[in-house]
Amino acid sequence: MTSTPLVVLENVNKHFGDLHVLRDIDLTVNSGEVVVVIGPSGSGKSTLCRTMNRLETIDSGVISLDGQPLPAEGRGLAKLRSDVGMVFQSFNLFAHKTVLQNVTLGPMKVLRQSKADAEARGMELLDRVRIGNQAHKYPAQLSGGQQQRVAIARALAMNPKVILFDEPTSALDPEMVQEVLDVMTDLASEGMTMVVVTHEMGFARRAANRVVFMADGQIVEENTPDEFFTNPRSERAQDFLSKILTH
Amino acid sequence: MDRPAHPVQRRLLVRPRCPAHRHAGLPVPLLRGLSTAYVEGIRNSPLTLVLLFCGLGLNSALGLSLADSVAWDVFWWAVIGLSAYTACFVSESLRAGINTIPLGQVEAARSLGLTFTQNLRLIVIPQALRTVVGPLGSVLIALTKNTTVASVAGLGVQEASREMKLMFDQGVAPVLPTFVGFAIGFLILTLPMGYFFGWLAKRVAVVR
Repeated sequence: MTSTPLVVLENVNKHFGDLHVLRDIDLTVNSGEVVVVIGPSGSGKSTLCRTMNRLETIDSGVISLDGQPLPAEGRGLAKLRSDVGMVFQSFNLFAHKTVLQNVTLGPMKVLRQSKADAEARGMELLDRVRIGNQAHKYPAQLSGGQQQRVAIARALAMNPKVILFDEPTSALDPEMVQEVLDVMTDLASEGMTMVVVTHEMGFARRAANRVVFMADGQIVEENTPDEFFTNPRSERAQDFLSKILTH
Repeated sequence: MDRPAHPVQRRLLVRPRCPAHRHAGLPVPLLRGLSTAYVEGIRNSPLTLVLLFCGLGLNSALGLSLADSVAWDVFWWAVIGLSAYTACFVSESLRAGINTIPLGQVEAARSLGLTFTQNLRLIVIPQALRTVVGPLGSVLIALTKNTTVASVAGLGVQEASREMKLMFDQGVAPVLPTFVGFAIGFLILTLPMGYFFGWLAKRVAVVR
């Protein structure tokens, strides 16, 4: 694994009104690395994830991608977002477009690929997430797990430098969680840079290079999955793990 | 994750704390103010007043003329008045349609790198239009019926209800059957419209 810093957050702060949701966050995600962010509800982990492509603005600090600070808005920001894939908790597939159109929209409209190229690549990606036979259906005709796999294909179609996963399995029925995690595990093993906010500790253990534990808007602990799960240093992490690993 | 709920329409089209909306199509506070004033002003005025303003105010009093013959002049003023009035209801329908689109659709489009204008053109407007086909049909039916106001409001346009009144004045037509006849005439125009828009609304509906 290389250790080129890809996403760098320095001294990032954010408030929602009086609530200080991100407190002095420093975090570096290296190229090819899989970083899993875990923590209790309201700890700011989703917000942290969403600041990385500026779906959430920040109040102070610097976030940079590949050495460039995030542009505040306009075409520069759009360009940056095209390099950062995002997979949402609620899938957010475009409801009026077919599965294949969902996957080809970005490449055609943002990367200016021809329809034929975009569709060929789109079908390849849909096959890769094992959903090629559903390419001409609409999102509402698919199960949650299938929709989320399409969403992953849609993100991959942009050839992103990093993909952000914001609780990708939290809205899924239990029997569909595994099919999505399998796709994500494959991606991780292929060297995709990933930031994953999740409650799936099994995935964190199996696929993560690093676990980041957040509580009350702060990064409390960062460690390898093995170290973190077997030997958490902070009291907050010990407390959190004792609550989720007992059942 | 716990985020405070934002009113969706604010987040869809308006981005607070992003001061420079220089790039084409980004929301501009001044334009929002102007359009709100227009829609709220005209939508809450009686159509008769709007048409009177066009006919007596702009046409007669200020002498603004749109055509050489009086008949065409008042006709075009009626078209303008009805358009100005109906536009408010069309815009309110569209706004309601935009508000039905989940914020996630817009965020997904943003995260792909679509610009604001592309986002509107490819994601927001197509979905919004599909949701408001039914309501837009109602607006069109209302417009058809509203044309009957164009004669009474000082414009004296030769529309259906004025023709009917002329027939009564000349004593050439029995009152009740004539009323029924004109009513059926309107039904012939508006009923198919209603069915067509109902059919179209189902056909293009976005399933979530």
